[in-house]
Amino acid sequence: MDIFSQPDVQQAVLTGFAWILKLTGASGVLALVLGVLLAGMRVSPVPVLRGIGTTWVNTFRNTPLTLVVFFCYFGLYTTLSVELSSDLDLNVFWLGVLGLSAYTAAFVCEAIRSGINTVPPGQAEAARAIGLTFGQTLRLVILPQAGRAVVAPLGSILIALTKNATIVGTIGLAESANAMKQLINDNGNVVIPIFLVFAGIFVALLVPTGYLFNWLGNRLAVRR
Amino acid sequence: MSATSTMLYDHPGPRARIRNRLLTVGFSLLTAALLWYVYVQFDEKGQWAPALWKPFLKSATWIDFILPGLWGTISAAAVAMVLALAFGVIFSVGRLSAHAAVSVPAGVVVEFCRAVPLLLMIFFLSYGVPFITGAPFPAFWAVVIGLTLYNGSVLAEAFRAGIRAVPAGQSEAGYALGLRKSQVMTHILVPQAARSMLPVIVSQLVVLLKDTALGYIIAYPELLQQGVNVLSANYGNVMQAAIVVAAIYIAINSVLTWFAGWLDRRTTRTGRTTVRIAPVQDLGTAAA
Amino acid sequence: MRITRIVALAAAATLTLGGLAACGESNDGGAAAAGIVNKASKDKKLVIGVKADQPGLGLQTGATYEGFDIEIAKIIAKGLGVEPGGIEWKTTVSLNREPFIQQGQVDLVVATYTINDERKQKVNFAGPYYVAGQDLLVAAASTVTGPEALSGKRVCSATNSTPAKRIKTDYKQIQLVEFDSYSKCINALTGKTVEAVTTDDIILAGYAAQEQYAGKFKVVGKTFSSEPYGIGLKKDDKAGCEKINEILKTAATDGSYKAAWDTSLGKSGKAAPTLDTSKLTNCG
Repeated sequence: MDIFSQPDVQQAVLTGFAWILKLTGASGVLALVLGVLLAGMRVSPVPVLRGIGTTWVNTFRNTPLTLVVFFCYFGLYTTLSVELSSDLDLNVFWLGVLGLSAYTAAFVCEAIRSGINTVPPGQAEAARAIGLTFGQTLRLVILPQAGRAVVAPLGSILIALTKNATIVGTIGLAESANAMKQLINDNGNVVIPIFLVFAGIFVALLVPTGYLFNWLGNRLAVRR
Repeated sequence: MSATSTMLYDHPGPRARIRNRLLTVGFSLLTAALLWYVYVQFDEKGQWAPALWKPFLKSATWIDFILPGLWGTISAAAVAMVLALAFGVIFSVGRLSAHAAVSVPAGVVVEFCRAVPLLLMIFFLSYGVPFITGAPFPAFWAVVIGLTLYNGSVLAEAFRAGIRAVPAGQSEAGYALGLRKSQVMTHILVPQAARSMLPVIVSQLVVLLKDTALGYIIAYPELLQQGVNVLSANYGNVMQAAIVVAAIYIAINSVLTWFAGWLDRRTTRTGRTTVRIAPVQDLGTAAA
Repeated sequence: MRITRIVALAAAATLTLGGLAACGESNDGGAAAAGIVNKASKDKKLVIGVKADQPGLGLQTGATYEGFDIEIAKIIAKGLGVEPGGIEWKTTVSLNREPFIQQGQVDLVVATYTINDERKQKVNFAGPYYVAGQDLLVAAASTVTGPEALSGKRVCSATNSTPAKRIKTDYKQIQLVEFDSYSKCINALTGKTVEAVTTDDIILAGYAAQEQYAGKFKVVGKTFSSEPYGIGLKKDDKAGCEKINEILKTAATDGSYKAAWDTSLGKSGKAAPTLDTSKLTNCG
């Protein structure tokens, strides 16, 4: 394990996981906002909005993330000249965030939609009966109740997102998977300790997250 | 459209109809403008050049690159799915065992496999394991085993939820008949849970199929590797190749998703199942 | 219970598929016997690791491979008594060349494989059959003359590759963009989001010579490193290594080396280099 006592190796590991956490944080927030909007669109009275929401979900859910991230870089940046930062790494970072968010939002949308289905129809009918509009029904009655049911699924999505963040390495960000590749490349004789350290950090980050969300989900669940 | 969502709004009145029409026109224009912008920008960068797209009209492109790649993807996904199902059943039952000696190790394995990114797992299997065994690790099996461990652990958790969602009366009735614990599990709980799990299993297949794309990091000849990396080295059309490959993935996965939905509706319609679980594909477990 | 039957059928079908796939895979690996010379004369077969995505060097063009590395591999196979039909090409990437040799997944590696001390710890090298050098590929109209002129500019190379590492240590003022394949770098160069692509000159020449890039790019032509390309084989196979060096010596004089160049990279108009047989490794 002495290779992990070298300062530059420690630096590579730290930078790698710092990128993972930043990617997860930024994409998590964006994906949640986008996912709620998409879910709203998919249950809205306007067919075009429903169409956009459905297309979005079907496209992103069925494409490998590697390709989504690829299109963000080579489509948005190289071809459409969308530059998000003049700094090299930050530009890749934000393009990666866009890809991860667009992809994850499709899953968030579906989780929320199935959450909406757990709310008894009587709730929506009552809301309509007292004269609430579609927006008000959704915002004041349905989503707050659906939200409780989707805490656990959203936790799983967050965990998947954290792991998926490693894919941004394919467009050149020095995140954890790239750091591990580099280390294995340079130290072929200590492959196993290197893997265990990287896997261990993911386990340490994600297993507690999973338990936290399950606990929250159980606590907040509406007993029916 | 589920029953609830159509109950979210009334039949539109005159004002709502006008508003809906405005929204329709607005968003249609917005989408059209966006597509037009993309088209123009692609044109400016010469991405519509026929030379870049023509390779896809040649049969050799399909016979030598895309179809073998597709076979690589589908064969790995098929084998991994079968193994992942077995893994899922064994570890979900193991985790529900009353013996801590069984349930704790099963839990540790499942939690570990769920937390480690597939990218790291495949990479380790391919480059790390040979150092322990001293024997080569074929790329095909690195991909298949990586996918099995990861998707199997996700399925194990879904199965566990499914088994636990079978009403307690069922197992109580089993015990009352004098069945042993293992008999209650195999004859009563698992069959009922499995029935409600069908759509979940098919949805997980979509995830699995997409995840085979990660095989390209160890040069496993799947669709992404053959279609994007190798093919584009011949024709310099990495963007076009990626668009075609994405379309293939979307087509296959849409069929699978539709199949999952069909199974879901079918199992619901018979009205016999009381067990309902949120579909796993909604949990966003994909790693690729 | 019709549905149960459908599922059972589907499961059976998948199992069959899986079985087939497993069969297809089972005769991989376990290839290398005691020494390459014995194996070649006994089996009349060789598994050779090559690149699949490097135009001019090792490129999968459908069912077959072509390029300078491929031609060199054929010369060596022939010298060992193996006809082209007896060669099984196996795609390698930079990262798995040593493991492939060590684990016996391939008998030989001819894949733009630079001989260096670190790799010599793990594998044996015959050759070099060509001495490449790190260079830059830029737009045809560019005035860039070398890496010094690229301060603050963006330059693309393959993730964790030797050229990428050299840029990081020797030219810190260059902003390095890393992708997992050079095709992506070339795309970035076409889209003008990087100023140059850097790697070994003949790899760059291979891209520049491709039909679709004709007249668009040029190789700067001022190398700033020396990359002797070797043929990798098992570390303890000294006899095999010496035999391959013998074959290369013959190839240098009987015109087959020049022919190998002319049918591949020579198409770009670059004259065939001479193979300096005095520099061949001692197979230590």
